[in-house]
Amino acid sequence: MSKVMIYGEIKGGKLKKTAFELAGAGRKLADELGGDLGAVVMGSQAEQFASELGKYGVDTVFVVESPELEAYNSEYFAQALAQVAKDKQPEILLISHSMQGKDLAPRTAAKLGVATIADCISFRLDGNKLVGKRPMYAGKCYAEWVANGSPQMASARPNVLKIEESPKAGAVEKIAFTPDAGRKTYVTKDLVLDTSGKVDLTEAEIIVSGGRGMGGPDYALLEEMAGIFGPTATVGASRAAVDAGWRSHSDQVGQTGKTVTPNLYVACGISGSIQHLAGMGSSKVIVAINKDTEAPIFTKADYGIVGDLFKVVPEFNKELKVLLAE
Amino acid sequence: MKSLVCLKQVPDTETQIKVKPDGTGIVTDGIKYVINPYDEFSVEEALRLKEKFKAGEVVILTVGPDRCTEAIRTALAMGADRGIHVNDESLNDADPYSIAQVLAAAASQEGYDLIFCGHRAIDDDFGEVGAMLAELLQLPQVTLVTKLEIADDTQSAVVERDVEGGKEVIEVPLPCVLTSQKGLNEPRYASLPGIMKAKKKKIDKKTAADLGITSERKLAPTEYTMPPERKAGKKYEDMEPAEAAKIVVEALRSEAKVI
Repeated sequence: MSKVMIYGEIKGGKLKKTAFELAGAGRKLADELGGDLGAVVMGSQAEQFASELGKYGVDTVFVVESPELEAYNSEYFAQALAQVAKDKQPEILLISHSMQGKDLAPRTAAKLGVATIADCISFRLDGNKLVGKRPMYAGKCYAEWVANGSPQMASARPNVLKIEESPKAGAVEKIAFTPDAGRKTYVTKDLVLDTSGKVDLTEAEIIVSGGRGMGGPDYALLEEMAGIFGPTATVGASRAAVDAGWRSHSDQVGQTGKTVTPNLYVACGISGSIQHLAGMGSSKVIVAINKDTEAPIFTKADYGIVGDLFKVVPEFNKELKVLLAE
Repeated sequence: MKSLVCLKQVPDTETQIKVKPDGTGIVTDGIKYVINPYDEFSVEEALRLKEKFKAGEVVILTVGPDRCTEAIRTALAMGADRGIHVNDESLNDADPYSIAQVLAAAASQEGYDLIFCGHRAIDDDFGEVGAMLAELLQLPQVTLVTKLEIADDTQSAVVERDVEGGKEVIEVPLPCVLTSQKGLNEPRYASLPGIMKAKKKKIDKKTAADLGITSERKLAPTEYTMPPERKAGKKYEDMEPAEAAKIVVEALRSEAKVI
């Protein structure tokens, strides 16, 4: 019996890192509850990930296969996930709070007659009740939440939970799925993906962000810095830069954009409004580069450089190149 | 085109949030409330559809206490036709599932071609109500919408939505639930005549009982806390850029150990 179940998201033919993050948290909860950890994966490509999931603590991998599950669709995926949950009766069901998870979790929850403790940064048990801690007001405060009903559903913020090896069987159990023909859904006509391999802000380990101080849409210096850091780094922006039309809205960090928790956040030409500070304040390390010594961003920065970003960033990039080449 | 716009009133983004000493919630004294920014995109989009098709109605649907009347009036001043305000003490601070149930019941009584929600509210940040409402009404959902084109026969729509690392183009039959994302449009401001007209527009008041809802909490907060206080670290001023950059880059490796 899987007392705890996770949903493993597959993207571009690969199991996402968030699946292993969930496995780490799920394993601990399952051990405390004295039960097994199951993982649900969808599609004909999914079975190959069973051994990998096993390595990170999953006892049973439920592989749901159906032509409707080859590409993501909220209705089909929610039906399939709800079907497995109803059938296997886990006490806890964990999903990633990724772009897909945000779409899938609430629909699945509603099918199960429960709600999701969304965007958790940590989990614990109180007796046998799941307690999820989550930021609210974009991180201006936190609250612990409990779920009533069964299963207890929660989603976890990407890039926060620890990945830990814990070898288990990773045994495959195939599950047949036939979609409910009575439900209408949409058809995906086109998927336009950024082929640069850029990681989403919410899942980036390093974010190089630019604000009003950039003075215009030329973010080449910041793109260069993200490039030096490598594929886990990406470029973000403040609301001022997005509203000025310099960057896409999907790059916006802050209360009306994305709340991020990278290992390193480099704020360039960002003064640090309360909305922005809320959105990036739980980054592990913050570097601020700004010419205004009074800028609020310096009150949160671990390392602050007061100076013209157009003079500082090129030097910063030069130093980074030397260091990371070693 | 009859659009229902689900609208929530939330603390302004400038609000400094403080947790009550007993950890049961946040201090609400002195908070300035506004329309949830993502719901403003919904109002604007619904108004544009009514203008484009020169027919239909934009109905604002809000769950919340007395103060929410102001948010509904603001949407009416932007041009929405009327409002439905579900005001019931049992629903204050209700969880997303309970709210979705209330909205579903109200929507069913009202009828609709399209339902808009913000993709999330910037207060509790759950981001669940839109998809839950779609499921409860057995409608398709398209979340994180940045572009909407309704077909001339109003039977379907082509929608662009944000996905990780790009966008997805979707064709969806109507009715459906759409959740608005930044980029969808630039919301208009209420005009002075609009504000005057809004005063005469109708807001229907409803209770949970009117909708046949008995709220049973699916989620409950146990303790609110403030985030760990972040202190200012080292600051390098009046230094050559090259020198400051070198110190910080080295510190990131040797001290902070993040690179």
